[in-house]
Amino acid sequence: MRKSNIGEWSGILVYVECRKGKVHPVGRELIGEAWRLAEELGAAVYAVAAGSGLDDISSQLTGCPLEKLYLYETDDEYTPIVYENIIAGCIEKLKPSIVLIGGTYEGRALAPRLAVAFESGLTADCTSLEIDTEGNLIQIRPAFGGNVMASIVTAHSRPQFATVRPGVMEPVFEESLREPVIVREMVNLTDERFKVLEVKETESGDSITEQNILVVAGRGVRKKEDLEMLRELSELLGGKLASSRALVEKGWMSPREQIGLSGNAVSPQYMITCGVSGTVQFMAGMKQTKNIIAINEDPSARIFEIAHYPVCGDLYGIVPELIERLKMQKGDDFTGI
Amino acid sequence: MKIAVCMKQVPAVSEGNMDPETGVLLRAGLEAIVNVYDLSALEAALKIKDSRGASVHVFTMGPAKAENVLREAFAMGADEGWLICDKAFAGADVLATSYTLMQSIRAAGDYDLILCGKQTTDGDTAQVSGGLARWMNLPHVNWTTEIMDISDADMKVRYSMENRMVTASVSLPCLVSVEKDSFVPRMPSLKLKISGKKKEIHVLTMEDLEDKDKEHYGLSGSATRVRKIFPPPRTKQQEPVTLGGAGAAEYILSQLGHANLS
Ligand SMILES: Cc1cc2nc3c(=O)[nH]c(=O)nc-3n(C[C@H](O)[C@H](O)[C@H](O)COP(=O)(O)OP(=O)(O)OC[C@H]3O[C@@H](n4cnc5c(N)ncnc54)[C@H](O)[C@@H]3O)c2cc1C
Ligand SMILES: Cc1cc2nc3c(=O)[nH]c(=O)nc-3n(C[C@H](O)[C@H](O)[C@H](O)COP(=O)(O)OP(=O)(O)OC[C@H]3O[C@@H](n4cnc5c(N)ncnc54)[C@H](O)[C@@H]3O)c2cc1C
Repeated sequence: MRKSNIGEWSGILVYVECRKGKVHPVGRELIGEAWRLAEELGAAVYAVAAGSGLDDISSQLTGCPLEKLYLYETDDEYTPIVYENIIAGCIEKLKPSIVLIGGTYEGRALAPRLAVAFESGLTADCTSLEIDTEGNLIQIRPAFGGNVMASIVTAHSRPQFATVRPGVMEPVFEESLREPVIVREMVNLTDERFKVLEVKETESGDSITEQNILVVAGRGVRKKEDLEMLRELSELLGGKLASSRALVEKGWMSPREQIGLSGNAVSPQYMITCGVSGTVQFMAGMKQTKNIIAINEDPSARIFEIAHYPVCGDLYGIVPELIERLKMQKGDDFTGI
Repeated sequence: MKIAVCMKQVPAVSEGNMDPETGVLLRAGLEAIVNVYDLSALEAALKIKDSRGASVHVFTMGPAKAENVLREAFAMGADEGWLICDKAFAGADVLATSYTLMQSIRAAGDYDLILCGKQTTDGDTAQVSGGLARWMNLPHVNWTTEIMDISDADMKVRYSMENRMVTASVSLPCLVSVEKDSFVPRMPSLKLKISGKKKEIHVLTMEDLEDKDKEHYGLSGSATRVRKIFPPPRTKQQEPVTLGGAGAAEYILSQLGHANLS
């Protein structure tokens, strides 16, 4: 650890991930959180983005209360050494006290490199952030597959690096009229050791991590054919079907559709679980869901401890009724969610 | 070709390992197992060994009983085992752990490839490998699903990024963290298990490392401090509603509708 002169570091820098000129939604979420913290600290919020085709980045961040926006024109595809050097250069110049990075594939690759470059602390996958009386960032994160929450501080070195998964923080909604100062630079950095040969898009919009609503099937589903009923429910709601690991092990659902510690972390607006007991491993992947509706026939099922709307009953009795009603509503003016 | 594989011993967590009153983790008596993600890293190394020949060295940092990790790795086919064990290393965070691993791997020799798991099941940060790559000044490939065309100079890798798969050519030495499901670990062999029991384990203490400054290791070398550990906040257990099929459907729809309005 490199002990820093804490007083030299101030403000909050948000790494705004972007690709093909588009800002990743986690960027606005982090700026929203940064702004809340900055008010407490009486500090400013800055943002930095790297990639190609950055002309529209600032317009995608309108309303965000940014002091300065740094844009570095470089290869669009992330490579470790080039991106580390660019962002480290920006940090060096700005000396922010806090650096927030999205807990995406890219962010989680970048963050530890930066933390080591500055020999400072990094807290991964924070679910909530606070400021203590000395102005340190209190970083709260789950560990042991969600069995435990830990509050972590980086007291003696700066910057304080933290990653936050997408969907965890509220996006900035306050409409700020402030126009950030835009600092643009072309970067001519290449890395001979790491050459991207091919980038193949997987179907986007299809993944369970990108849905507003998920219907989740668990071992309470008796036959593979019965999944069709749940799939129909998910489609009527404009969402997708996902599952616990139990059904992936049976081969009824694919690992890409699995929620949980060894599957995907999801944070949709609405989730309806059907016959899922709520094991720790399952819950580790869905705790951030805004509205959890749980259907389970066992009144003591653990899923009821985190469900916002716990429903005790037989999924085979409830789901067909739901489908019928949704179909009727669709006939009227129900526009989905 | 020499390959280093980093493997961690973790507690086999189940529920009720935490004192619900004090929030203190009850580690004592917990069975210790190999972090499952690291078995896949070892598998990736053994695949390369099978195809073109390689010497596979496993590194584990932990208490003396972490030796079991190395024995288990021998039973799968690892050649050498390094136990990084010193009181001074205890309490390390990501920064100090990755630094200690870097110092240890350097002390053990030159490696063409370093393999890590995607994450652990205890600390669960998935950040040690990225930190280690940076300390070693190496390119790092995350979320690797395939290692192809490996030569002494470079290799082709395929890895996941959001909504896309990337293929890249990366020169060696480099560090690769692997996806668990892409490298399904082989079963241990009885023969290797028996021969592995007698294998010598290389122990690395701070005295064996180039940097012997205690301040750089363990808790003192860590930038983060766990200030408090507590049980996850729970939405108070509500009495579940029991309404029968039609009633429950109405209830659910009203919740969806209500949420939809806000
Ligand atoms: C290292 C590790 C990683 C893991 N990772 C994951 C992971 O990522 N994701 C995951 O999901 N699991 C994971 N697991 C597995 C996990 O421990 C459980 O096996 C799994 O979550 C159980 O799934 P379930 O809730 O669908 O099934 P069960 O636990 O069997 O629950 C079925 C539930 O359905 C209810 N039910 C039955 N019939 C009906 C009915 N007609 N109507 C309503 N309710 C009904 C029952 O009351 C019960 O509560 C992991 C395990 C390990 C060891
Ligand atoms: C509740 C809790 C929360 C924590 N939160 C943080 C935090 O936010 N920031 C922080 O800096 N520290 C944190 N720590 C400390 C952290 O768990 C330890 O520093 C640990 O050494 C590092 O990481 P990990 O288990 O997360 O490994 P990961 O980064 O998840 O591991 C990735 C890979 O690195 C390799 N590896 C990791 N550790 C070892 C080892 N000991 N020996 C060999 N190979 C290894 C393995 O290949 C592994 O698959 C926390 C600890 C606890 C108990």
